[in-house]
Amino acid sequence: MSKEFLLGNEAIARGLLESGVDVATGYPGTPSSEILAALTPVAAERGFHIEWSVNEKVAMEVAIGASWAGARSVVTMKHVGLNVAADPFMTLSHTGVVGGMIVLVADDPFCHSSQNEQDSRMYAKFAKIPCLDPCSPREAKDMIAYAYELSEKYQTPVMFRPTTRVSHGKSDVTVGELPEGKRPVKFTKDVERFVVLPKHTRALLKKLNAKQEAISKELLSSPWNRLDLKPGAKLGVIASGVSSKYVEEALTAIDVPVSSLKIGAYPVDPLLITRLAESVDRVLVIEELMPLVEEQVRMYVDDVAGKMTGEVPHEGEFDTLLVSNIIRKLLKLPAIEVRAPPAGIELPMRPPAMCPGCPHRATFYALKSVFKEDAIFASDIGCYTLGTQMGAVDTCICMGASITVASGLSFAGVPNKVACTIGDSTFLHTGIPGLMNAVYNKADITVVILDNRTTAMTGHQQHPALGETITGEPTTEVSLEQMVKACGVEHMQVVNPFDLETTKAAFKSAYEAEGVKVIIARQPCIITAKRIGIKRKQYEVIPDLCEGCRRCVKFGCPAMEFKDGKAVTNDQCAGCGICADLCQFGAIKIRSR
Amino acid sequence: MFDLIIVGVGGQGAILASDIIGKAAVAEGLPVTGAETHGMAQRGGAVENHVRIGSRYGSMIPAGGADCMMSMEPLEALRFAKYLKPQGIAIVNTERIVPVTVYSGKTPYPELNEILGALKGVCKEVKAEDYTALARKAGAVQALNVVMIGAVSKYLPLKEETLKQVIAKSVPPKTVAVNLKAFDLGRDA
Repeated sequence: MSKEFLLGNEAIARGLLESGVDVATGYPGTPSSEILAALTPVAAERGFHIEWSVNEKVAMEVAIGASWAGARSVVTMKHVGLNVAADPFMTLSHTGVVGGMIVLVADDPFCHSSQNEQDSRMYAKFAKIPCLDPCSPREAKDMIAYAYELSEKYQTPVMFRPTTRVSHGKSDVTVGELPEGKRPVKFTKDVERFVVLPKHTRALLKKLNAKQEAISKELLSSPWNRLDLKPGAKLGVIASGVSSKYVEEALTAIDVPVSSLKIGAYPVDPLLITRLAESVDRVLVIEELMPLVEEQVRMYVDDVAGKMTGEVPHEGEFDTLLVSNIIRKLLKLPAIEVRAPPAGIELPMRPPAMCPGCPHRATFYALKSVFKEDAIFASDIGCYTLGTQMGAVDTCICMGASITVASGLSFAGVPNKVACTIGDSTFLHTGIPGLMNAVYNKADITVVILDNRTTAMTGHQQHPALGETITGEPTTEVSLEQMVKACGVEHMQVVNPFDLETTKAAFKSAYEAEGVKVIIARQPCIITAKRIGIKRKQYEVIPDLCEGCRRCVKFGCPAMEFKDGKAVTNDQCAGCGICADLCQFGAIKIRSR
Repeated sequence: MFDLIIVGVGGQGAILASDIIGKAAVAEGLPVTGAETHGMAQRGGAVENHVRIGSRYGSMIPAGGADCMMSMEPLEALRFAKYLKPQGIAIVNTERIVPVTVYSGKTPYPELNEILGALKGVCKEVKAEDYTALARKAGAVQALNVVMIGAVSKYLPLKEETLKQVIAKSVPPKTVAVNLKAFDLGRDA
């Protein structure tokens, strides 16, 4: 036993190792991505299977198959990934599992890196499976072992739901021993269970409903739901997941006794709620995202403060200050004020931006210079969603929706040209059916596959078109060109976006043609390029030649600044050379020293 | 309990900095919690990392609770100033990274004096140096994060030796000498 300083996701990975995970699958998505990344280095040595799956539905089904053979499996994803995997997920609760199976779904209150806020606890309730909601990296590690035991005892998948502040929180974590030996696997045929014909499912649903009460009672005695009654307390605070940590800290600065109920496992047994409610005058429920616990508490308690009475925000992420002030207000204590910097200084925003030397910037530039402002640019999920800053992204709703939304615009009959952008990993994830559909139903669109040879946004994960697995082992490389052709596309061209003229010519030919045109803009992500040792020389602006026209500055590269009427490059230049192509005065050249 | 907030721009190495300090706390047997910025903001956005030495609470420092701020960029020091305690200290790198919004938009980058003046109104002490220049002096501009760990080390409840041992283990082997020099330059500045 020793202590290590671990990221929440690393602590979860450690818990999985200590529980002897046999099959680990997932699709990258912030804040879940580091779990598989942390398992990868030891996969070969520990002898378990690990994979980046093509998408979350695929990942979920692979984990189901493994579990049905008796293996312990885990599937990891972000909250919106569960929408993609919802089909197998909703029926899995009926068939149940054999080997323990954890459905790990990381939620992102405040949408730090997501397209929506979504409460996966609702999905667990929807599917009638237990959900564990850790409050800290430390608790997350310990909860994993419990999750597998619970899963095997009740033959149910268990949802494990960290939020961003757990997944990307850090703490000292006590690491334990790793198990010896390999778990035997065997698939025992059972058609009435593993084939969900209507007749079978009707019986399975009865079994699923019948075990709900037993699961609820089991969780009553778990260490994750903890009632702390204080003598003389008039207020009782119920808080779930990370919010319980904020309550704990807030109460250290309040002298009045306050009782609390920490929730870390669902379904919550009503006994805990009524015990708290009977000992106090008023109950406050603090939980991020949806009022899941609050709705349940309202079934048993009359005077409840929470989201539904306006005391607790419906949106965003909480913190200790926010929670303190909610509790203080109910106790009629003065609010804690924070000293703000003096007004009068306007701070320029610093939104995330595409990197200096990012090939997407070059592709977007070429695309816009051919298609112009009037075209409609549908897009997708990835670093390139930041193309909004160049006016080259007009729509983005979910993974794979660029080609399909573009098709819909085309079928609606908009007079504008319609072009869309989708990354290589996203294209493989859910883009292919959309492309097939566009060709089949005769859309008139230009599809640009931004092939930067990685899943960049989430931390550079492998995918099937790279010829390399999660562990770096060589494998069959799926060809994007052949995939595009197999979908029936005839007009296809592969370009290097750093070759601006050829790229523009390809877009021009697509602009003029009818039907579904695909341009694959291929150039490795600048971050991976640096890592694999591609060296490019930096560029500089020759001040005497610069006319100060700002053409290069408007390109929006963070490496290009403007001082005293002249453009000037800074040390972030990655050497893509597009600014030199843009300069009409020949003022931008490779740095001489 | 000692709350340290590390702020800067995605790509400056704030995660490694908080990792080194957290590991040093664990090496000294102290409980520690923290929070990191991952995902989209890492692409050149404003980032905040929290390190709470001696803490068993949540990963984030409450506003008005930080004993110390390590800011790798002046503008970001002011953006995250709400975290500082009135008795806190802010250690600020003066080398600017100008956001693209300054060139494309209307908001100018505030003057350094203005930024530091505003910070002085929020906390007890502001220490501003060109720590980037010290990183260059140490041998690599990328060592800015370690220079600044050196600068905050005087205030942390951690031993200098522990921090140096963790740095030596955490940076690429070829850069150990540069980083240890960077630490010393930061500490002596």
